[in-house]
Parts: sequence; structure tokens; C-alpha cells
Amino acid sequence: MLKTIKKYLGVVWILISVVAIVALIFGAIQNINLQGKLDINKPLPWIIIIVIFIPIAFGLSLFGWYVLHDEYSTKK
Amino acid sequence: MSTQTKGIWKVISASSLGTLIEWYDFYIFGSLATIISEKFFPSTNPTTAFLATLATFAAGFIVRPFGALVFGRLGDIVGRKHTFLLTLVIMGLSTFLIGCIPTYENFAFAPFLILILRLIQGLALGGEYGGAATYVAEHAPANKKGFYTSWIQTTATLGLLLSLIVIITLQKLMSKEDFNSWGWRLPFLFSFILVIVSIIIRMKMQESPLFTELKEKGTTSTNPIKESFGKKQNLKLVLLALFGATMGQGVVWYTSQFYAQTFLLKTCGIESTQANTWLGIALIIATPFFIFFGWLSDKIGRKSIMLTGMLLAIICYRPIFKTFYSYADVRNKTEVSSNITIEKIINEHHTTDSLIIKTTRAVYADSSTLLLKETFSQETKKLDNIKLIETKKTITLSSSYQWKFIVLMFFLVLFVTMVYGPIAAFLVELFPTKIRYTSMSLPYHIGNGVFGGLVPFIATLITLSPSSNYLSGLWYPIGVATVCFIIGLLYLNKKQDA
Repeated sequence: MLKTIKKYLGVVWILISVVAIVALIFGAIQNINLQGKLDINKPLPWIIIIVIFIPIAFGLSLFGWYVLHDEYSTKK
Repeated sequence: MSTQTKGIWKVISASSLGTLIEWYDFYIFGSLATIISEKFFPSTNPTTAFLATLATFAAGFIVRPFGALVFGRLGDIVGRKHTFLLTLVIMGLSTFLIGCIPTYENFAFAPFLILILRLIQGLALGGEYGGAATYVAEHAPANKKGFYTSWIQTTATLGLLLSLIVIITLQKLMSKEDFNSWGWRLPFLFSFILVIVSIIIRMKMQESPLFTELKEKGTTSTNPIKESFGKKQNLKLVLLALFGATMGQGVVWYTSQFYAQTFLLKTCGIESTQANTWLGIALIIATPFFIFFGWLSDKIGRKSIMLTGMLLAIICYRPIFKTFYSYADVRNKTEVSSNITIEKIINEHHTTDSLIIKTTRAVYADSSTLLLKETFSQETKKLDNIKLIETKKTITLSSSYQWKFIVLMFFLVLFVTMVYGPIAAFLVELFPTKIRYTSMSLPYHIGNGVFGGLVPFIATLITLSPSSNYLSGLWYPIGVATVCFIIGLLYLNKKQDA
């Protein structure tokens, strides 16, 4: 039972990675405001964060994929 | 004490001292950020403001992980000793040079140089930690790796403490004007002496015995980056280390030590010397627990301690921060006296407006005091058009709160010691010797630099959303730590745990 839950949670990790990137892009669109004074109003931090986060989100997706394919079972 | 025991303590002290200095160098830039901004990045100039943002975000988010790859590769090919000696020299020189550069007023190119030096600092930091942890672990016996590497784990906190002590001491020894004019350069210049001492000590050290063995056999890696991230067997472990350990560790570390400080100063409005002193005392009391949990992880395993620390942080963050806020909330206090003064001055930036500064001083029954400064702008031609433009609240709490705060701050730092104390040994043991430096450095710096470094940015983002409150910013570290806790609990197995 636990083994099956662990395996199918792989889908959750893939979904989280997609949601995180989409949330960041929406966050950037909503908050970038050249008149604003906060860091979240500046385009540069968003560009840096999204650029660095894309490979990390890809890594989480890949982790989820490996989990789905039972790569983290104790036998492997 | 046997020769072997003496040897390991020389290894630990040489490695820890260098890593402590690197953290000191990295933190003094952050601690003196306000002065550096004034001197090099005036906000009225869009180019320098852009460079300031780049220095803040690129150093932690891009350059640290990049430094992990560059120096990790070098450390797995050339050796641990020479690589972490090189990172120390690079860090020391760039810190020293920051202290030498003329201000923007006298040298227009200064902001570019400061930006480049800050990025070099991030690069060096990215290479230092993995080298020091690997070097110590490869000298340590298998059943004491947690205990010995935990000394390296104390350096991030001690580096922060040292930077605060140096800055506060200088501020007390000289006038505010002198410190702002030239005294701020001294902590940067002081780094040069520390680095020279550390280099001399490190030069005398031998290469790690495990790496020497690989070198003699000719079995070192020729392309550690490809082997670390191109081979599925190892990439799986890198991903597990990142999402099942360092990601949660990074947010707990940042939230407990840095976000808590910002919360006390900005959200609660507690007077800065009082808040920093209490935080400093809590840090000093909690620091030995890095070593305790490192030692304990040799006995009962790394996973259980790190995940317990993460779980406690997830459960306790909101109640602890809520208690901080309630202690500083003057609505919960009985006012015994207050006086209000109003001052009207010309607005230097908009001469058609006046500024009205309303200062309220209040004393409460528990001896706490409040200084509330509200600044309004008033149009000279339309006197009834008054707008509140800034509110600054400073509360000095009565000494009866001192130990209540210190105990709560101690628990916050204790969570850090649980997740951070055993993690160097955990990472070292996860990867094979030939690609260890590269493989462990990247997940560590993504966890700390990226996930941890994002705490203030994402917290601000959350607190600006509708229906948020003063605690909403905590959902980011709680959420990341929860995901990490579940991944660690389900997928880290006994084989990966010592």
C-alpha cells in the first residue's frame, strides 16, 4: 500500500513543479510595475528567479518521473 | 591525545576557520547593505539601482550554484586542498578590494566594480563549503563523520555573529559620522588579516587521504559534472538530496536566522539594538547544538534528526512568530503616559509641499516605550490635502521580555541546528569520493542560496495578496519544508542514511 502511494505521489511532484513555474510567471505579470519601489515590482529579480527556477522545476519533474518509475525503491 | 586525534582537530580547525571567514566576508556585505547602497548605488540613478538589484539577486541565486559547479569540478579533478585554498584567496581578495574602492561620487565606475566583486564573492562561497565538508569528512572515521563535520556547520552562524560583533564594536568605537564616512571600510579590510592567517594554516595541511588514494590509483574523475548529472544513478541521488533534504534545510535556516530578524525589526518594530542583542544571545546559546546533533546523527542516523527539525519548524513557526508579534503589539499594553510633538518642514524633493512629522512617545505599564513617527505631506496651496506617506514604529520592550524572546529565538535556531548540523555528513556519504565535491555542492547551494534566499522575496509577495496578514509570509518556508519533509520521509532510505 505505502509502496503504491509512494510511487503515485510522483504525479504530485510533477504537478507541483508545473504549478510553481506557472505561479512564478503569473506573479511576475501581476507584480511588475516600473513605478513600484519594492523588489517584487522590478523586472530583473523576476527574470533571474524564473531563469534559475526553470531547471529546478525540471529537476522536480524528473524526480517525480523517477518516482513514478519506481527508481527510488530500496531494491534499486 | 593521540597523533591521529591531534591530526583530525588540525584538519577541523583549519577547515572551519577558513569557512567561517568566507561566511564573515559574505555577511558583512549584507549587514552593511544600507551604507553600501548610499556609497555605490544611489537609488536616484536608474543604472546604479539596477546594478544594486543585480548584486542582491544574482550573487545568491545564480553565482553560488555556478561556483558550486566550477569549484566542485576543480576539487574532484585537482584535489580538495588546493581548491578550497583557492576559494579562500578569491573571497579574501574580493572582500578586501570592496573596502578599497572609492565611492560613486569620486569614481563613476565604482558600482560596476562592486557588482563584479560581489559576484566573485558568491562564486567563491559556492566552492568553499563543499570542499571544507568533503575534506573534513574524508579525514574522519566512518562512525564520527557527523560529529567532525558538524564543526563546519557552526561556521555559517559564527560568521554571522563575527560580522555583527565587528560592525557593532566599530560603531561603538567611533562616531556615527566617521563610521558612515570611512569606518564601514574597516570590516572589509579586516578580512585581509583573517584570510592571510587562514591561508597560512591551510597551506600546511595535507590533501585528503581518500582523494590521494584515488589520485595514486589514477581513478579520479576526468569529467565530474558529466558523471554527477549525466549518469542516472547519481543524478537520482542529487535530486533526492535537493528535494528531500537541502531544500527544506535552506528555508528553515533562512527563516529562523534572517527572516526572524527582519520580522522583529520591520513587522514588530522592535528597536534594532535590542532585537539584535537578543538574537545574538540566542545564536550563542544554540550554536553548540550543531555539534550535538552532528554527534547524535552518528548514533541514531541523520534522517530522523533532520526531518524532526523540519517538522518542528513546520508546526512551530506560526505560533512562535505570532507570540513575537503579540509581545510587541501595543494594543495589548496599558498606556500610562504619552506626548505628541508636531513639526512642519519643507519637502526637499517637492518644494510645493510641506512635510508634517507627528512624533508620539508613549510609556506603557510594563515599562515598554513606543516611538511612533508619522510623516504626512501637505500641499502648500491646498492646506486640507494631507496624505500619510510614512509610518515608522520603534518599540523598546521592557527587560521582562528579554528571556521570553531569547527562549523563542533559541527554539528557532535549534530547528536550524537539527536540520543543518548533520547535513554535511549526510551529503558526503550520499556520493562516491570521485565526484563528491561536485555532487554535494550543487544541491547544497540550490537549497540554501535559491530556496533559502527566496524567503524574503516570496514572503513579501504573499503578504501583498488580499486577505493576507503579518504571518502569511511564513507559508512559503512552511510549504517548502512540508514538501521536503514528505519527500525525505518517503524516499530517503536507511542505506542513504548513515
